[in-house]
Amino acid sequence: MELGKQAGLKPYPQPLRNVFGEALLNVARENEKVVVLDGDLGNSTKTEYVRQTFPDRFFNIGIAESNLVGIGAGLAACGFVPWITSFSSFLLCNAYDQIRLAVAMSNINAKVLGSHGGITLGKDGPTQMGIEDLALMGGLPTFVILVPSDPASMHAAVKAATDYVGPVFLRSSRVALPEIYPMDNCPFEIGKANVVRPGRDLTIVACGIMVAAALDAAAVLAEEGIKARVLDMHTIRPMDVDALAAAARETGAIVTAEEHLLQGGMGSNVARVVAEQHPVPMRFVGLADTYTESGDPDDLLRKYKLTAVDIAAAAREAYAAKTR
Amino acid sequence: MDAIPTTAVGELNEIARQMRLDILEMTTKAGSGHPSSSFSATEIVTALYFGGVLRYRPDEPLWPERDRFIMSKGHAAPLLYAALARAGYIERDLIWTLREVDSPVQGHPIQNVLPGVEATTGSLGQGLSAGVGHVLGGRLNQLDYRVYVLLGDGECEAGQVWEAAMAAAHFQADNLVAILDYNKYQETGPISREMALEPLVEKWQSFGWHVEEADGHDVADLLSKFAAVQMVKGQPSIIIAHTVKGKGVSFVEADFTFHGRALTPQQAELAREELHGTR
Repeated sequence: MELGKQAGLKPYPQPLRNVFGEALLNVARENEKVVVLDGDLGNSTKTEYVRQTFPDRFFNIGIAESNLVGIGAGLAACGFVPWITSFSSFLLCNAYDQIRLAVAMSNINAKVLGSHGGITLGKDGPTQMGIEDLALMGGLPTFVILVPSDPASMHAAVKAATDYVGPVFLRSSRVALPEIYPMDNCPFEIGKANVVRPGRDLTIVACGIMVAAALDAAAVLAEEGIKARVLDMHTIRPMDVDALAAAARETGAIVTAEEHLLQGGMGSNVARVVAEQHPVPMRFVGLADTYTESGDPDDLLRKYKLTAVDIAAAAREAYAAKTR
Repeated sequence: MDAIPTTAVGELNEIARQMRLDILEMTTKAGSGHPSSSFSATEIVTALYFGGVLRYRPDEPLWPERDRFIMSKGHAAPLLYAALARAGYIERDLIWTLREVDSPVQGHPIQNVLPGVEATTGSLGQGLSAGVGHVLGGRLNQLDYRVYVLLGDGECEAGQVWEAAMAAAHFQADNLVAILDYNKYQETGPISREMALEPLVEKWQSFGWHVEEADGHDVADLLSKFAAVQMVKGQPSIIIAHTVKGKGVSFVEADFTFHGRALTPQQAELAREELHGTR
């Protein structure tokens, strides 16, 4: 994967899911109240690192997502900080009602990992892909929703989610993402988007894997004389209204980019904020109303138009609409 | 075990009678709710809260060592609220605000809104999983409390109940006790007609549970079964309590369609007279 190459980002040797596993092990070390619940996918989500180190605080509940969530909620009621983990597709689609009642409506201190988000899990195909997870989480009002974009921000997000008191959803990916932030110094505050590239001509608002793609696109646009700001919207809720208002006011055009359905994802939420705060021309990069298919992640990103090329094209359109 | 003194049984029956009156007044005033589903489990909840089964501190609802009671059949919320008021968790006046705006006494129980509500229920099938979570939490915290979960019979059609049943046996949750309010009716009709559950004893046994059966309106029988299951080691227990939907009010017992509706003021007057023994 050449993600981040044009932006000069350094590749990271490990997939993001492994980084999540390490980050989870770190918070389990720091906080003895952290417990991990697995839907029999610990070897994929990499919660197995905690299983190996703290077997007493790890529970494989088996292939029973509803029960997984309910047991996690019970543990939260006992003062533990449960990380309820599986693929985002299986967990949210199987156990949405349990997450709704036992976690969101009860407003308990539980963390939900949606691993293998988006289409980049690749060859296992659309049955396993979580392309609707952000939309589903959007329907659960008490949840903080986090989508880290690189190894350092994954570490920071897992720590912030664990320290935060209340329901948090965190999305992880199967693929490796290049380094955007220095590992030992990642600014990460829940609800505060990071400007990862300055610019005044338009703003690309991205989350997860699409932040690196947005930085690539911004590098290409710079060669054409378009200075794009890139905003890492790592928190989908609460959304950073100030950063979006500033982006709209200062740059006059906005492109959103996400590895998710356009319906109900980050972009539609950004659009609502921009419409209220300071309407400007917008374009949206994401999955149109479609399921995808099995394939190599790079091939899928190209076919379904989730690459730097697609972001740059959308940016040119938004920029043209602004200057028209 | 020792026989339960008849005076204690008499007092518990009186408490159950008063709880039914509370349920009647709450739901009639609210104009909606599930009185008949509450009536069928009234002795079960009375025995738990007032028969010396549950250890709890009403002034310290989150006391870590408390025994847990989870009302998985959340539509019997009026019964839970009547018990919480009588036990001293909440002001008695509060229960008359059932289903009204700005009241914490919600149509179905919401955790962290009203003291003593251990889990948010009302979408059926979820309470037993929470119970397993409390068992695992107690184990990690090295506390020896017990966890009681009241299940509806129709609720046992939900797959999550059996996921939790499997997990409870897997984790050898011998401090977990489920009570099945087996009143033989679900919303739309007799369970045997709508979605047969039998053989229930064998189902639970095959999932690794110790099974007792009880007369769900006989507090002495219930108390003896609660004592018996405390002796069971290495596996969870369920008490299948045979009950009558609408128990205590003859015309509600005779009509399962009272499941999801309150009594009219006129019906309530008749029910009141029956429960007072003046009719």
